[in-house]
Amino acid sequence: MEQFKVVELTTDILIIGGGAAGCYAGVRAKEQDPEVDVLIVDKAHIERSGCLAAGINAINAYLNPGVGPKDFLDYIKQDSEGLVRDDLIYTLAQGLNRAADKLEQWGLPFLKDEEGNFIPRGRRSVQIKGENIKPIMAQAVRNSGVDVLNRVNITNYLVEDDQVKGAYGFSVRDNKFYLLKAKAVICATGGAAGIYRSNNPGQARHKMWYPPFNTGAGYAMGLRAGAEMTTFEMRFIALRVKDVISPTGTIAQGFNAPQINALGEEYQDSYEKNTTPLRLYATIEENKAGRGPCYLDLTHLDDEQNQRIKENFLNMSPGIVLKWADREIEPQDEPVEICGTEPYIVGGHAQSGYWIDTKRQTTLKGLYAAGDVAGGAPKKYVTGAMAEGEIAVLDVLEYIEGVDFESFDSVKVEEEFNRVYSPLQRKEGFGPQELEERLQKIMDEYAGGLSTNYQLHEEKLLQARSFLKVLDQDLASGKAESLHQLMNLHEVIDRVIVARALVEHLLYRKETRWKSYQQRLDYPDQDDQNWFKFVNSVYDQEEDQIKIIEREHIKLGDLDGS
Amino acid sequence: MAVKINHKLCNGCGQREKSLCVRVCPGNLLYKNEDNKAEIREKRDCWDCAACVKECLQQAIELYLPAEIGGRGSTLQAEQKKDKIIWQLKKVDGFCEEFEIKTEE
Ligand SMILES: Cc1cc2nc3c(=O)[nH]c(=O)nc-3n(C[C@H](O)[C@H](O)[C@H](O)COP(=O)(O)OP(=O)(O)OC[C@H]3O[C@@H](n4cnc5c(N)ncnc54)[C@H](O)[C@@H]3O)c2cc1C
Ligand code: SF4
Ligand code: SF4
Repeated sequence: MEQFKVVELTTDILIIGGGAAGCYAGVRAKEQDPEVDVLIVDKAHIERSGCLAAGINAINAYLNPGVGPKDFLDYIKQDSEGLVRDDLIYTLAQGLNRAADKLEQWGLPFLKDEEGNFIPRGRRSVQIKGENIKPIMAQAVRNSGVDVLNRVNITNYLVEDDQVKGAYGFSVRDNKFYLLKAKAVICATGGAAGIYRSNNPGQARHKMWYPPFNTGAGYAMGLRAGAEMTTFEMRFIALRVKDVISPTGTIAQGFNAPQINALGEEYQDSYEKNTTPLRLYATIEENKAGRGPCYLDLTHLDDEQNQRIKENFLNMSPGIVLKWADREIEPQDEPVEICGTEPYIVGGHAQSGYWIDTKRQTTLKGLYAAGDVAGGAPKKYVTGAMAEGEIAVLDVLEYIEGVDFESFDSVKVEEEFNRVYSPLQRKEGFGPQELEERLQKIMDEYAGGLSTNYQLHEEKLLQARSFLKVLDQDLASGKAESLHQLMNLHEVIDRVIVARALVEHLLYRKETRWKSYQQRLDYPDQDDQNWFKFVNSVYDQEEDQIKIIEREHIKLGDLDGS
Repeated sequence: MAVKINHKLCNGCGQREKSLCVRVCPGNLLYKNEDNKAEIREKRDCWDCAACVKECLQQAIELYLPAEIGGRGSTLQAEQKKDKIIWQLKKVDGFCEEFEIKTEE
């Protein structure tokens, strides 16, 4: 392995992941203190990386006139069965509009009325033309003076004396191993796709909603370093357009499409609630009862709207436009069929992620988390992820004043170097693809994937636990033939530890809190008396075990001055 | 998902050290072959984000739906201008539709 060179870089603030949270955190740091050194490192190229690579067409977390942070919190609580981190949601809500204004300043086109006000899409959302949102963010990063290291896949934190002092990673394009030393680290690597088998087969297998390239690295590194995670059991499952997995909000809210079953009935009214998880649950139940397929009905569109809806989708999810063309129809000709996706682990839509305080500091000293990788605050979306990046970096700027670079253990560097590259040396062993498919099959069949209508129960989860243990052992004989495959292999390694933690969370919560996202056949009811609390976990490296910790619900307290 | 790269149109981005499509793919899926033409490693790994389609100045990359989910030959191509993007939708029957969308204020 002599061909691989160790490159050592030093910075004040290391930001892992240059997506919504990471880019904004970087820019805010330099605005606050132009002298501070900031390095953003990304496994892809920040020009088009992460969730925003394809573009978007609404800012889904925005306080329209008359809506305050407390209203925002109240909405999220009622949508999430009450159990969320009130303090985290309230604090990020205060930064939402500032983040949106910044995007506008950077050049993102917002739709406006004659008086120049943003055009709402519902109470907490505004419309944009967001195809170019990621290049616009990347340009802002370049202008700010933040340093960027693209195409370096981060594999672990550099931890010493219970303090995070940087990270290790390898270039996926050349033979360089990176040792990145920093006074503080912000993790903003997004959530995890590819834990479960996806909706589509063969060449369409990556036709999924969450980016298949966000593979849970941040969670995995945190677990391996002993950080506390929360609420993995609240998985996120999106209600999407069948096959092409395009978002439904654009159709439902943007074009007022009623959600109907095969009999033409608006079925949501016959269910107890109209929350995000319940809209998915209702759709599955309609199908089970023989009243499927379910649709969003667009047959009321006129020609101008036909055109506009196609443009909206080209801005973020072009697949559906191809679908209409391949079916030789216009959007108004047929209602659009909807379905649930495979489950994702994502703190920006559901709330799985690092257990953090209101400053976004994790349970490890020197490590902060923001965006989809941070737990406790569902529905934060782009602006919420940005707001968390801002909160984190403002605290980091204070924190690093008392931190010095110290010497550290070179043995650990060698250990990580060998862990990273050894799969390239193996002649025999399993390739990343077969390991990934085995993981997805286990999770699909035993841990509530698509094929079981997302339902969970103890016996099957115990099977999942035992199969994952064996898979985990087989990872040690994973082999890779190129740097690209090496990245794919590390992605599977990361996903497996995330899946192991997830299964422990799913086993532990003995109630049904969020139908479909976390629905137990053996404990079908919500049980506030025993379970209105958080299920958290920590990985014990020595015993190779995920340990569960219970945490009480945290109230808003003095935060809102009430 | 899938992209098709037309090797007649791809010029490897001329003298550019890094090709535009290779530079942006979020999945690290594109590379240049010995003939200086862009190639995709594994079609099954493509997310369909269209970043490469928009980036290519030669319009050498097209997006299409895989047959597994109903793809029957329609394709999308894009051309990026300073503050807008122009999409070309080629339909199964050969007809074309064009869309012009603002991208930056
Ligand atoms: C398809 C889709 C559409 C969406 N549409 C909207 C919308 O219309 N409106 C809205 O408000 N929100 C929308 N969202 C939500 C929003 O995009 C996300 O919540 C937000 O981008 C999360 O920001 P983040 O920084 O946490 O993650 P991301 O923006 O995904 O950034 C994560 C970054 O980390 C990098 N990374 C990952 N692993 C590593 C590693 N090991 N080493 C180095 N780098 C790594 C990735 O390459 C990526 O750049 C959408 C999300 C998706 C997936
Ligand atoms: S951007 Fe276009 S021209 Fe350049 S290498 Fe890619 S396909 Fe070829
Ligand atoms: S569409 Fe996106 S994921 Fe697919 S090859 Fe192009 S840039 Fe990569």
